[in-house]
Amino acid sequence: MFLTQRHLLGIEQLAPDEIIAVLDLADRYANQNRQRSKLTKVLKGMTQVNMFFENSTRTQASFELAGKRLGADVMNMSLQASSIKKGETLIDTALTLNAMRPDILVARHPNSGAVGLLAEKVDCAVINAGDGRHQHPTQALLDALTIRRAKGRLQSLCIAICGDIAHSRVARSNILLLGQFDNRIRLIGPPTLMPSQVEQFGVEVYDDMAMGLKDVDVIMMLRLQRERMNGGFIPSEREYFYRFGLDGHKLAQAREDAIVMHPGPMNRGVEIDSEIADDINHSVIGEQVEMGVALRMATLHLLAQSLNSSTKRMQAS
Amino acid sequence: MDGTLFSNARIIDPERGEIECGWLLQQRGSIVATGIGEPPAREGCEAIDCVGMCLAPGLIDAGVKVGEPGERHKESYQSAGAAAVAGGVTTIITRPDTKPAIDSPETLEFVKRRANTVSMANFLPMAALTKGRDGKEMTEIRLLQDAGAAAFSDCDRVIADTKVFARALSYARSCNALIIAHPQDQGLSVGATATAGKFASLRGLPAVSVMAERIGLERDIALVEMTKARYHADQVTTATALPALKRAKEGGLDITAGVSIHHLTLNSLDVADYRTFFKVKPPLRSEEDRCAAVQALSEGLIDVISSMHTPQDEESKRLPFEEAASGAVALETLLPAALRLYHGGQLSLTRLFQVLALNPANRLGLPAGRLRSGASADLILFDPDKPFVVDRHSLRSKSKNTPFDGQTLQGRILGTWVGGKRRFDGR
Repeated sequence: MFLTQRHLLGIEQLAPDEIIAVLDLADRYANQNRQRSKLTKVLKGMTQVNMFFENSTRTQASFELAGKRLGADVMNMSLQASSIKKGETLIDTALTLNAMRPDILVARHPNSGAVGLLAEKVDCAVINAGDGRHQHPTQALLDALTIRRAKGRLQSLCIAICGDIAHSRVARSNILLLGQFDNRIRLIGPPTLMPSQVEQFGVEVYDDMAMGLKDVDVIMMLRLQRERMNGGFIPSEREYFYRFGLDGHKLAQAREDAIVMHPGPMNRGVEIDSEIADDINHSVIGEQVEMGVALRMATLHLLAQSLNSSTKRMQAS
Repeated sequence: MDGTLFSNARIIDPERGEIECGWLLQQRGSIVATGIGEPPAREGCEAIDCVGMCLAPGLIDAGVKVGEPGERHKESYQSAGAAAVAGGVTTIITRPDTKPAIDSPETLEFVKRRANTVSMANFLPMAALTKGRDGKEMTEIRLLQDAGAAAFSDCDRVIADTKVFARALSYARSCNALIIAHPQDQGLSVGATATAGKFASLRGLPAVSVMAERIGLERDIALVEMTKARYHADQVTTATALPALKRAKEGGLDITAGVSIHHLTLNSLDVADYRTFFKVKPPLRSEEDRCAAVQALSEGLIDVISSMHTPQDEESKRLPFEEAASGAVALETLLPAALRLYHGGQLSLTRLFQVLALNPANRLGLPAGRLRSGASADLILFDPDKPFVVDRHSLRSKSKNTPFDGQTLQGRILGTWVGGKRRFDGR
């Protein structure tokens, strides 16, 4: 199995069978990660650079661990502090880095489309680890993996995505991915946090959470960022929790076997009740983190394989 | 040699709304006579056989940014003039959104001196309406008028303080000055780089509702009604704002409106994968809005097409979309792009030259934009059909940020005369 694209910038560039291939491989890595010996040599000799223009602890750690378990040399660059402050442009940073000959670049940037711009200027494979409000494809893939493991399937599900949809790249990638597999997708949130004309994405939109959660199989909560509260999008944290926080009463509307997901980091008591976050009957939030490493190993593996084969083809011709 | 005699031309007369085969004589910078059919014999004139090509008044482009003072590396008067005549623009009305803003008679005089020494086209400067374009204190409107300001505008900055704007409008009325404003609600549009809709949502771009334009225009109309000022909206680009414009015009207010060539020929989907050459202000609209603007132009509701020529260097465009500068160069592509509307059957050639030459001339009180005898001999000769592929690197502008790069346009300028002098030869 090879991916048809050199980079992973957005979900729309993956065909459904490619998504399944990534998830299948990730399943294998998930099992391997539970063994004492977790190392393989798939990326041996390769250099992976994690380039984060925006703060990240979890995603960066997840990619770092994934690369290391596959045998790559991993370097982390935290760029919000260094060159950007010195006035270097994104493209110059990319060209500088490209000259150091990395094989895989994992990039996050606060602006939509910025990782795609970077990918145009470098010779290696680029993975989008989140660009502005645009996309976060590995998060959607790991969510799909978590759903498939919990539910046994990835289609014919009713999935609710709740909270700040407008500013969420996770929501966009998830809508695109889950929409490819014949699922019903509901978006729940206040209209101030809903993108315009979002109903044209083939989703149902609710501003009443209890109604939106009726009989759903999967509940995806999104993080409400602190700056939104100051930006006048919602009146207060407590009103937000009252209307859109996931509590026992609202959860009771969903199917009995519904799972609760959250990409983290959580604001307990703002978008999710603490007890539900820890409820082992519903919450798969810990599993998501575990699947994150496995899924990123699978992504790195497949992109590296495509890189190798194209290099061989080039040498042969 | 005394004058030029153009014969065998398709003469486009926007004033009479007619196209006829005939001749035109210019002498000492003015049009002397025109006629149908064969020209009378005339000695001592340069004779130009137009072989059936179109002869029309040169374009008058209200809203051109030249980078002087402050950003001469993006566009100088020399390069802007060369680009203008190559595009068939004989008069450019320059914007005051320079660094520093053209907000005092001294800056205006500097700019005039620069332009008159090096520019190939006519040019008329606009001045800022408020000092530093800060929207707080009005500029010295009468002194600026005496120094040569053709109109007053804070360009893409909206004067958010209604009281300041009302005072400026009312004071400008006493000077009979034309105010050119950017109708936009500042609160709604802050931070936006795209028009709200499915495309912006999918791309995750901060977006503004089309209502921001309508709110801005409605506010301005109310202020014009209150102050009786002479007002021109630089760009009306949305269907939702048009009924307000119609009402204001029918109510007898002294209001006109323009639209940029980009909003008539491109839509929001052209941004595609964050192509920053398509980032303009206001952002490109939906196809429905584009069609509504074209319709309004053909019906006479919108009066003027301008290029909104905004040169940006590579560094300001090679950035993530949200961080990239707005604007596109358009002087050289203005006529060929506008001819798309003619070739598409939406506008006649005479209407095209009304909105590109006659109407802006009338609004600014210029003796150009028409072919009547006595008018300035600002003329262009062009082939409306000839196709060519736009190559941004061959543009005469110092900045190459055209959204039409690589596209095929129709319409080639064969010659441009400014004040009777040949300034461009494209044969």
